[in-house]
Amino acid sequence: MDDKNKKTHDAHINLNRRQFLTKATTAASAVGLAAACFPFAASMFPSMKKVTTKETVKVDLSDMKPGDQKTIQWQDKPVWIVRRTQKDLANLKKLNNLLQDPLSKVNQQPKYADNLFRSIKPEWLVVVGLCTHLGCVPTYRPEPGTVSKKWEGGFFCTCHGSKFDLSGRVYKGMPAPTNLVVPPYKFINDATILIGRSK
Amino acid sequence: MPRRGPFKTWFYTRMPIHKFWQKHYVNYLAPKNLNFWYVFGSLSIVALVMQVVSGFFLTMFYIPTEEQAFNSINNIMQKVNYGWFIRYMHTTGASALFIVIYLHIYRSIMYGSYKYPRELLWVIGVTLYVAILAEGFTGYALPWGQMSFWATSVILKLFGTIPLIGKQLVIWLQGGDAVTGITLHRMFAFHVILFPLIIIILTLIHISSLHYVGSNNPLGIDTSKKDCINYHPYYTAKNLVGIVIFLIIFALVMFYKPSMHGFFIEPTNNIPADSLKSPENISPAWYLTPYYSILRAVPHKFFGAVAMASAIAFLFILPWLDKSPVRSIHYKGTLSKIALLFFVVSFLGLGYLGTLTPTPINIALCRILSLIYFLYFILMPYYTSYEKAKITPKRISQ
Ligand code: HEM
Ligand code: FES
Repeated sequence: MDDKNKKTHDAHINLNRRQFLTKATTAASAVGLAAACFPFAASMFPSMKKVTTKETVKVDLSDMKPGDQKTIQWQDKPVWIVRRTQKDLANLKKLNNLLQDPLSKVNQQPKYADNLFRSIKPEWLVVVGLCTHLGCVPTYRPEPGTVSKKWEGGFFCTCHGSKFDLSGRVYKGMPAPTNLVVPPYKFINDATILIGRSK
Repeated sequence: MPRRGPFKTWFYTRMPIHKFWQKHYVNYLAPKNLNFWYVFGSLSIVALVMQVVSGFFLTMFYIPTEEQAFNSINNIMQKVNYGWFIRYMHTTGASALFIVIYLHIYRSIMYGSYKYPRELLWVIGVTLYVAILAEGFTGYALPWGQMSFWATSVILKLFGTIPLIGKQLVIWLQGGDAVTGITLHRMFAFHVILFPLIIIILTLIHISSLHYVGSNNPLGIDTSKKDCINYHPYYTAKNLVGIVIFLIIFALVMFYKPSMHGFFIEPTNNIPADSLKSPENISPAWYLTPYYSILRAVPHKFFGAVAMASAIAFLFILPWLDKSPVRSIHYKGTLSKIALLFFVVSFLGLGYLGTLTPTPINIALCRILSLIYFLYFILMPYYTSYEKAKITPKRISQ
């Protein structure tokens, strides 16, 4: 194309139209791209079958002596059952001002466990054994003085050092923000509980 | 113009890859005073290639399912011909890559290679570092031992601290409300496809942007052509020495001390994953422990995660914190030298503490060292503009 021809050629170009086309097609592609991402991203969410598991577990308590702890698996999570001693229960009353949420104001338990012992029967503690910080399984340390000098017995998370009392209530100044979760459960009879359902 | 045979002529007329090769390797002009610290870039490439090759072969025998992952690793170690060789190359290689990268980053900090005009090169480098951390983390999950399981669980839960979307994000990443075989399978997908691709692409961008702005040097001064030499053969020869030494050390570790006292392969990971019981002391792989210590130092869920994230975020903005008129530590003032020393000590200290159990004294130490780590960055604009820099020479040999 020589210079003169180029000029007349350029004069015919409608720049507005070209710009409009560029912008419109870019926008359309962006919308298309975003829409195409959606199914991929959605595929990574659990499918409904996995979410709605209503799994329940029956646990026999007859072999547990005062001070015993046992771990069972419920919906891919560990659940602890602890048979607390009378001394443990007496201790729990003294700890209030050391705890983050002594009265369990944060909703981490069913209504019937919203009490000092965070349980249906004071003697029996049932909690999900996952630290409310980043989900490690804390260790059961009932002996006083083992974790620190003033330790009254409870649960200690070795991941980042969160401490919980024997009701699963978190101490102040810990990385874990809330008390341990109490799962729904009920007593079928004196020596058996059902975890996963309240009624 | 070198004489070319008919095949080369035919080929190069259609595809001039020799131009790319000459531009980025043979004729790349590098300052003549690059010292041994400059070998770590090439070593990163060597280590990266070893990871890709050994990883490819591991993928042929590894099974990414909850039931089989752990056993398939044992199978590789015991039954696959030279499986132990392939696996030890990959485990040792992961740690070697990180050692080399940390030295490479330290070099860049020491000589002010992040300053004008290499800010973008640096930002690409830090992005690359984050991608490599992600690659390391997803790889750590795959053997599905106790450490794999719990490190994955803890690190994914960190995303849960993000306000509003956190909870859903964790479920999305895990594929359920707990870490399961589903999570393992996607860790595998990330580890063998997504992150390696990102790392390789970023590495190519990293090197081509280096070649646009040119290498810095230990004196941190601008160099003209007169101060430069061709990369090949001069730095080829020099780097080969470094590569051979690296490979000898690599082989010694790989054949005689592949677990490196539990740092490269952790003994706790020889126990299969158990979702009901965490190991006594959970820690991520050694190259993540400095950040893990920073997390432990903060007694708050959200701010702990924020501190951890900002420890890396500060690296990104380093070029804009350094107000010194000179690049290299040689010509900076005493304050910068002391600050750098403190920074290195805090990083190493945090790394070490992150491998221990969180006793009250360890946590107190973590807090002091985290403070030093952050002060290095926060105070940098002040001490670099307050101190008096030395006069830099105009040319390299002056
Ligand atoms: C897979 C990872 C990486 C590879 C393969 C790689 C490779 C290289 C190579 C070959 C060089 C030139 C030789 C040298 O200066 O040592 C280089 C330079 C450089 N790299 Fe990297 N690198 C990687 C990661 C990083 C990271 C994580 C950072 C920073 C956070 C970084 C920052 C830099 C800088 C600032 C330079 C220029 C240094 C100077 O000219 O003084 N690189 N890199
Ligand atoms: S997970 Fe328990 S303290 Fe962090």
